[in-house]
This record gives sequence, C-alpha cells and structure tokens, in this order.
Amino acid sequence: MSVEHNCETCPVHAEMAPLGATVEAFDRVVALAGNPNTGKSTLFNALTGLRQHTGNWPGKTVTRAEGAFQFAGLRYKLVDLPGTYSLLSTSDDEEVARNFLLFGRPDCTVVVVDASALERNLYLVLQVLEITDRVVVAVNLMDEAKRRGITVDTRSLSRDLGVPAIPIVARTGDNMMALVGEVAAVAAGETVTQPLRSKGTPAFEHAVTTLVPMIEAAAPGIPNARWIAIRLLDGDVPVEEALASGRLAELVARQQAPDARFSRKIALQGAQ
Amino acid sequence: MSAPIAATPSDIVREAAALRRSLDAGFREEVVTSLYGEVERLTRRAVQDSGSGPLELDQRIDRIVTSRLLGLPLMLVILAVIFWLTIVGANVPSQMLASAFFWFEDLAAGWFTQLGVPWWITGFVWHGVYRGLAWVISVMLPPMAIFFPLFTILEDLGYLPRVAFNLDYLFKRAGAHGKQALSMAMGFGCNAAGVIATRVIDSPRERLVAILTNNFVPCNGRFPTLIMLATVFVAASFPPAVASLVAAGSVVAIVLVGVLFTLVVSWVLSRTVLRGEASAFTLELPPYRRPAMARILYTSLIDRTLFVLWRAMVTAAPAGAVIWLLANISPGGVSLATRTATFLDPLGWAMGLDGVILLAYIIAIPANEIVVPTMLMVYMTQGRMLEIESMDALRTLLVDQHGWTLLTAVNLMLFSLLHNPCATTIITIYKETLSVRWTTIGALMPLALGFIVTMLTAAMARAWFGF
Repeated sequence: MSVEHNCETCPVHAEMAPLGATVEAFDRVVALAGNPNTGKSTLFNALTGLRQHTGNWPGKTVTRAEGAFQFAGLRYKLVDLPGTYSLLSTSDDEEVARNFLLFGRPDCTVVVVDASALERNLYLVLQVLEITDRVVVAVNLMDEAKRRGITVDTRSLSRDLGVPAIPIVARTGDNMMALVGEVAAVAAGETVTQPLRSKGTPAFEHAVTTLVPMIEAAAPGIPNARWIAIRLLDGDVPVEEALASGRLAELVARQQAPDARFSRKIALQGAQ
Repeated sequence: MSAPIAATPSDIVREAAALRRSLDAGFREEVVTSLYGEVERLTRRAVQDSGSGPLELDQRIDRIVTSRLLGLPLMLVILAVIFWLTIVGANVPSQMLASAFFWFEDLAAGWFTQLGVPWWITGFVWHGVYRGLAWVISVMLPPMAIFFPLFTILEDLGYLPRVAFNLDYLFKRAGAHGKQALSMAMGFGCNAAGVIATRVIDSPRERLVAILTNNFVPCNGRFPTLIMLATVFVAASFPPAVASLVAAGSVVAIVLVGVLFTLVVSWVLSRTVLRGEASAFTLELPPYRRPAMARILYTSLIDRTLFVLWRAMVTAAPAGAVIWLLANISPGGVSLATRTATFLDPLGWAMGLDGVILLAYIIAIPANEIVVPTMLMVYMTQGRMLEIESMDALRTLLVDQHGWTLLTAVNLMLFSLLHNPCATTIITIYKETLSVRWTTIGALMPLALGFIVTMLTAAMARAWFGF
C-alpha cells in the first residue's frame, strides 16, 4: 500500500486551510488521541498550522492544545488530547482524554498510531472504539515502518476495526488530504462506521442492557450509556461517584465550556 | 426488558453492584484477555514484518548514547559544546546590540535636554527605564536565540529521553522520579518553565521534589552572570585561544554543582518531609527522528525566546527605574543605594561577598538577569547602569577598586546557583502547587542553603587560605 498522493489531481486540495489558533467559531469538533511518540503533535501542527491555543484542562494541570482548520467550507476545531497508552487507569492524562471522548462529544476522533509498533498502539484504538463510533485511525510514520521492513495493510485494518484507517506521514504531510476527507465524512455521518466492540458473555450483555436504559433515564442526553454501564459493572469508583453526585451532567457542560485559565506560559513546554 | 422509570443514581449504582455479583468472578480478566487476543489477531492480519529494516542503527546509537561508561561523559560533552557555541556566538551580536542601544540612549537623552525637559525626567526615562531594557535585550537575546534552538534540536532528535534514561538511576537513588531529569533540563532554559514541565511526573510527592529542586539548575537569566565570572576570573589566566573553551568548561562545572545540589536536596527531602519510595515508570526511548527545522525555529524563537525576553523586559523596566531612583535620591548627600549597601555589608562580608552584591540580588528578585548591571551601577556610583567596554576594564573595576578576590568570584557563582527563585518562578510554583506553604519553602530553602554554603566557604577560605 502506497502513501503517495497526487495533490494536483485531488479536487479538494484547494479547500483545505489551516486556521491556527482561531478556535472561536467552528462547525465541528475533532479530537486527536494516540499513544505518546506517535507524531500526534506533528499531525496537529500539520493540520492547524504552527500557532495553537494552549491552556489547561479544567481543574487539571494537564496541557490542553486546540487549533483549527477549514475544509470544504466548514471550520473544524481540533482538540489535542494527552498522549496515553490506555483509557483505563487513573492518571490525570488518561482521565482527561477519557472524559473528553465521553462528554466533549467530538464529531470525530482521530486516533494516531505508529505503523512500526501497531500492536502496542491498537489497545488504545479498541478502547476508544468502545466509547465512540465516530473514529478515524491515522496510521502514521508509514515511512519509518517501511524503512524497517514493516508494511501495514490499512485496508485489512479498516475492515477489521470497522472504521477508516488511513496511512499517513505527518512529518512530510503525505496523504493528509485523504485523512481530512475521511474525518469530514465521518464527522458528517456520511461514512457509517461499524466499530469492532468486544462482545461479552451473554450474562454480561444482559447486565449491560439492563443498566443502559436506567442510565439514560437518570441522565438524559448522556452520550455513551453503554460505556458507563460497563464501567459501573467494573466497579469504576470515579464513574460511580460522578453518577451518584449528579456530576455527569456537569461534566458534559464543563467539557464544552471555554477554558478560563488560558495562559501563554504553558506554551513554553513546547509541543508535547 | 422493561424500561425502569426514574431510577435515582444511587439505585443504578446499587443495581450495577447486584448485577456484578451475578456475573462470573473472572469477567474482568476475561475482558482484558479478549482485548489482548483481539489486538494480536488484528496485528497478525494487518502487519507484515520482513525483519530486515535498519532498526539496528537506532539500537547501535542507543548502545553508545545510553551506555553506562559513555552515556554521562557524552552528555557532558554535548552540554559543553552547546555552552561553547552560545558563549562564542553571542559575543559579537551582544556587543553590536549594546552599542546600538546605548548610542541611541545618548542621542535621545540629548534631544530631551535640547527640548528643555527637566534632567530628572531625562535620567529616569533614558538612563533608568530605557537602559534597563537595553541591557536585558542585548545581554539576553543573542544567547537565547542560540541556546534555545540548539536545545530544541536535541529535544526533537529524541535525545532528551536518553538523558532521562542516563540520569534515572541517580534520581532513583535520591528518592526522586527519573523524569525529574527532563524538568531539570527544561530549568536550564527557564526555571518557571521547568516547574511547569514537572507535570510529566504523576506522583504528587515526586512532583513536589522536582518543583522544589528545579531552582538549583541555573536558568538562562543566570548564565550571563556565570559566563561573566567564568570569563573574567577563570579564563583570564589562560591564553585567548583557549579562553572561551575554559569559560565554557567552568560553566559546565557550575552546572554540575547545581545537579549535585539537585540530587542531594532531593535525597534529603525524600527522607524527611517528603518521605517515600521512587515510583517505577516506563520510559519509552522513541526512535531518533530528523528534526523539523521550521518547527524548531518557530517554537524556540517565538514560544521560548520571545516569551522569556518579554518577561525579562517587563521586569527590567521597573527595576531600571528603581535602580536609578536609589542611586539618585541622596538624603544627606549619600545615595539610598550606597546607604543600603553599607547596611548590608557585614552580612555580605560573612558570606564572602559584599553589601552591593546583596543589594543587587534584592533588586533583581523580579528577574535574575539584571544582577550584574545593578552591581556594576552601584560600584560605579554613576547613577545609572552601564556597559563595560571590555572584560579587562571589568576586571580592573572589580579587583582593584572593590577588593574582589577569587573567594568573591567563587561565592558569587555559588550564590547565583543557590538563592531564591525569581518572582515569576515563585508565582509559577504557587500556581502549580496551589499551596502557600510549599511556595514559601520553595522560595526560602534555596536562599537558606545559599547563606549556609557561602558562609561556610568564606569561613574556610579565611581560616585556611588567609583570604
């Protein structure tokens, strides 16, 4: 599978423009997830340009970076989630990433994976697919993988995961338009995904389907009741507390509120 | 399934707990096992590894760069080269900027005088505020414009995780987190940035250790002082051909003393007030990547250099005004600056320094970079900060007229390592810890250490070497 892309014949090329830190008015929200060291920041910069809007996640000392780009007449806000290996444990980074996927209601989530270490990266992909079905997998560092004699069949990956998987080289900008086009299609609901989700035992599935309507009744408009149900069955204490104290609704609102503690200082940390 | 009507949240949690009990005890393990199985299956189908790639090159480099024998020396050499390039490269542009700025100062002051503006307004604006700004820009901008891009290249290459790897066992033995090596490295640029960089450390205990000890590495604002002392007192006794090398070497030596203090204080903290074990962490050594030059120039010049410079300018302008006022308000014929310096003299003497140096450190709390200009201004009692034309003139001024000795130079180097963080860093410590107590400790502990260490070296030097 080649990552070469012919820009001259690509009809949408002229329609893509980075908007940098102009994140005030937007039509769609795209979240950027991925393991550390997968070139997530490089992709972020390639899509939004070099300027970015940085601050803190509410109540956390975790850096939040936002940028924007325009594609086919629509404005996309890109939210860079902290680089994590999973969404299960309790570090601040993982909680921030997980809460945004759950309550921030991104129209599409791009999971960046390292083509030369696909196996290690897929755990996060599967966990993201448990939470949201609007996912595009960006298989980055295709050139580095090729150099090491590793080839990734993104079509097979796409078929197995049930969501688009696009090979890219973020550093050189290779195949970016295909990625952006797919993100736009998924965000608009034009590409219908069928994410791979683990099916538990019948008893487990029964337990989940018992809880889902209860959760939906208690917290109307909750984006992913199935995931909450699974976490409750797993005895996830923060999720229990969030539900019991009525903070779930608050979380939904807080994730969408603009960050008041915006500070240029954070930019000193650089890209990571 | 009947849809339950209006179940309260605690009902749901209770229901979930009941359902959990009805499930197999091992369902959690099953979920994890099936996840791993799924990932393995997906990978097998999508990935073809011919196993022939040059992965070995990265590993060969890593074997040298992170080796027990060569890892640390190589790191020091790289650090020395960066300092050397910074010292040598910044020299000429610094002087050009300074002469341009000071030429304009005289010109503008002349206009003011011609227009009949009162002398004290001219002095306050041009010889106070403007001169403070001019000094800070010409002393700081060139070194930062060289140091930050070089440092960012190392960052982009993927060298910094190797530094953390090399230093990990030292920090671990000090009871601190291995990633403290990263926040420490960031502290060389700016301690406030270093304090923010401790966010990579998850454990709150180890993060506090990293925050409280970050000030022990000299930041960019303190390097000019160190470089000046290294050039005037150490390198001056060597032939000019090697002088810059010697200067760079002695700055590296001071850096090593700073790292030593970082480790010792971390060790003491994690055995007293911040007791605990060092936590384990996975450090991924990412593959080496070709640095993206455009991004490096952007992040290092715009985000770092201009940001730090702006901060310095914001503090230097009022400090320049304060210096001018202190030197020009003279109740009873003696300027406030001289009075304060005389008052501080006994304490300064005990520390192997003098009252003027201590006064300079008090005025320079907002920004470390104005220590040397303040000091020289009071020494010259010219009523304004000044630019010394050559290093020889500086040496003459300090040694012959103000009784500086090797002890003064050594203790000033030590004190510039060990004293309170600048105002920005103190504010940052508060923002990151949200604790007045830890902020106070972070501000006063290095200062107390500085008093103790310099008094000890002064007493020893006087008792044994007759200074």
